[in-house]
Amino acid sequence: MTSGDVERMLIQFQDESGEVLGNPFDVPLDITPDKLQLVCNALLQKEEPLPFAFYARGEAEVVSSLGVCVKALGIETEQVLPVVYQPQAVFRVRAVARCTSSLQGHTEAVISTAFSPTGKYLASGSGDTTVRFWDLTTETPHHTSRGHTHWVLSIAWSPDGKKLASGCKNSQICIWDPVTGQQIGKTLIGHTKWITWLCWEPLHLNAECRYLASSSKDGSVRIWDTLLCRTEKIMTGHTQTVTCVKWGGDGLLYTSSQDRTIKVWRASDGVQCRTLQGHAHWVNTLALSTDYVLRTGAFDPAHATINAQDVTGSLEDVKERALQRYNKVRGSNPERLVSGSDDFTMFLWTPAEEKKPLARLTGHCALVNEVLFSPDTRLLASASFDKSIKIWDGRTGKYLQSLRGHVSAVYQVAWSSDSRLLVSGSSDSTLKVWDVKTGKLTMDLPGHADEVFAVDWSPDGQRVVSGGKDKCLRIWRR
Amino acid sequence: MTCTKPQNEHIELSRKRHGYRLDHHERKRKKESREVHERSHKARKMIGLKAKLYHKQRHAEKIQMKKTLKMHEQRKTKQKNDDKTPEGAVPAYLLLDREGQSRAKVLSNMIKQKRKEKAGKWEVPLPKVRAQGETDVLKVIKTGKRQKKAWKRMVTKLCFVGDGFIRKPPKYERFIRPMGLRFKKAHVTHPELKATFCLPILGVKKNPSSPLYTSLGVITKGTVVEVNVSELGLVTQGGKVIWGKYAQVTNNPENDGCINAVLLV
Repeated sequence: MTSGDVERMLIQFQDESGEVLGNPFDVPLDITPDKLQLVCNALLQKEEPLPFAFYARGEAEVVSSLGVCVKALGIETEQVLPVVYQPQAVFRVRAVARCTSSLQGHTEAVISTAFSPTGKYLASGSGDTTVRFWDLTTETPHHTSRGHTHWVLSIAWSPDGKKLASGCKNSQICIWDPVTGQQIGKTLIGHTKWITWLCWEPLHLNAECRYLASSSKDGSVRIWDTLLCRTEKIMTGHTQTVTCVKWGGDGLLYTSSQDRTIKVWRASDGVQCRTLQGHAHWVNTLALSTDYVLRTGAFDPAHATINAQDVTGSLEDVKERALQRYNKVRGSNPERLVSGSDDFTMFLWTPAEEKKPLARLTGHCALVNEVLFSPDTRLLASASFDKSIKIWDGRTGKYLQSLRGHVSAVYQVAWSSDSRLLVSGSSDSTLKVWDVKTGKLTMDLPGHADEVFAVDWSPDGQRVVSGGKDKCLRIWRR
Repeated sequence: MTCTKPQNEHIELSRKRHGYRLDHHERKRKKESREVHERSHKARKMIGLKAKLYHKQRHAEKIQMKKTLKMHEQRKTKQKNDDKTPEGAVPAYLLLDREGQSRAKVLSNMIKQKRKEKAGKWEVPLPKVRAQGETDVLKVIKTGKRQKKAWKRMVTKLCFVGDGFIRKPPKYERFIRPMGLRFKKAHVTHPELKATFCLPILGVKKNPSSPLYTSLGVITKGTVVEVNVSELGLVTQGGKVIWGKYAQVTNNPENDGCINAVLLV
């Protein structure tokens, strides 16, 4: 190569789904991702320039310059190289670094915590049978809601942020109002054994947030009408504990159980559509690719403000926005489902279409406790009792990297809303923030006195909350 | 004159013959009621070692009385006394019938396991089984023109022979394994899932009674067999499917006619 004469190459920009953008054109091999971004934005003719990540041939990421990538992959420079561009989130969430407060108040271990979909309210359920609401601006207790008679095992915010459902070990479900802390309606009784998971109907299917699905150890799944406070449908079919229930965006319910199967139901009439078999041991957890967008409903994390606001607008307006966001995240492909199990493996399914799994994700040495898709559905994180977290490609299930650092079982993980950071809570009482792109530990957050049972990252990206066996809740900020 | 109490059944006999005194029952009742006062008088007036012994005995009696009274009282009012929620709240994913071990137990278990591995002992559900003697397992078969030769043996317990098994020529066959006692499948229970599967046997790994039985393929209680678990769908870390695992026989197959085993995970 003579000096001053850089090799050039033909590249063609391609969308993630394979659609080509513009014609192939000539670029020098030492072009950097910034310049590629300029070109891409110009081609897309967007008003505001969006950040992109580029992958040569869809596999290797272009980090420093195109030339390095080409050399690594061993591509000929004669052919047209397809370069896949992926829009990254416009906003950047900053890693949390310090514990701003330790909220005491619970008299027993904190079992579950959750931010409301806009990030305005924080609720936590605990072993002392109360659900507590916390004021985030002053980081003090707001309300204590009493009503349960046993440990509060799971809590779930309705996608419009106006109601909180909590299920306890005595198989009762209560709905609470976060503003006043009072119970809405009657206690929902019907299950015979404890509640394992609660899931609301997505906002874009029903803007009133009326229906709630619950799964229980007694092997049945019930859909409740929270307005009339009674059971709408009962779906039995599993022979053992149902560990997780997820309400999909197209009206299907997915349930996983200890009897090693996952069942797909139609939510409108409660009929079972499909049974997905393949696991060799209990199926512990499910994750839908559209989980995050179903959770946040009409709230877009890109438009978050310092003071979190309620979702405003008429019901139709809200429903429209939620539907738009859902379609954008989902794209044209069907929803993907990942199930994590005690047999140390996970399966990737498209349950709406096929009975056979797309891929089997092996590699963990101990049971998989939680799997979560990133908010942009490109990545998948799995937390396991073998002290590691593994990152997989969200589309194909290919293994990407392992995040090691914890010294004991990792219980829960949470993604930041821009899909760049991951926080994990473990039984060794620390939380760790990881940068997924580099695979390195960004922040180590010690502070809890005992095991950390629940973590959550607020959708506006400002705070992380963690609760555990030491009965206090910790809020972490930048 | 020595004052002796009447012996034998003279009292009863006299009562039968002559009946009771007319005021007998009244006097008996009053004497019993006076006993309480007399007892209390004695307890107050006694001194010395005698008193100490008496008071000790009485204290023990009183404790017993109080206990029975309390028990009777409780039975009158039936209360549901789990008002307090139990301690040790854990999230649902840890509640799922997982035996949570305390950290001390985990460490001591780790040390115990290391020691056992060093000694070469493996953990099996039935560590000690009664060894079967040769007379139990092998039956002597007499052959020859005068039925005197007794060098052949027939196996009287269930056995496994394998797919490619071909008998030796009958004249030279020392151990006979009858076709009716040959089995290919076992009912294997997964200890954690509590589900039972009928799986084909791949081979006999070890019979605790004798290595001779292992080589013959005799299956008795406590034998470790290898079974084909490809049906279950277990997978190693590397993604390879596990197709053989060990299981230990838990019943006496010769009595039941089937082989029940528990999988060694």
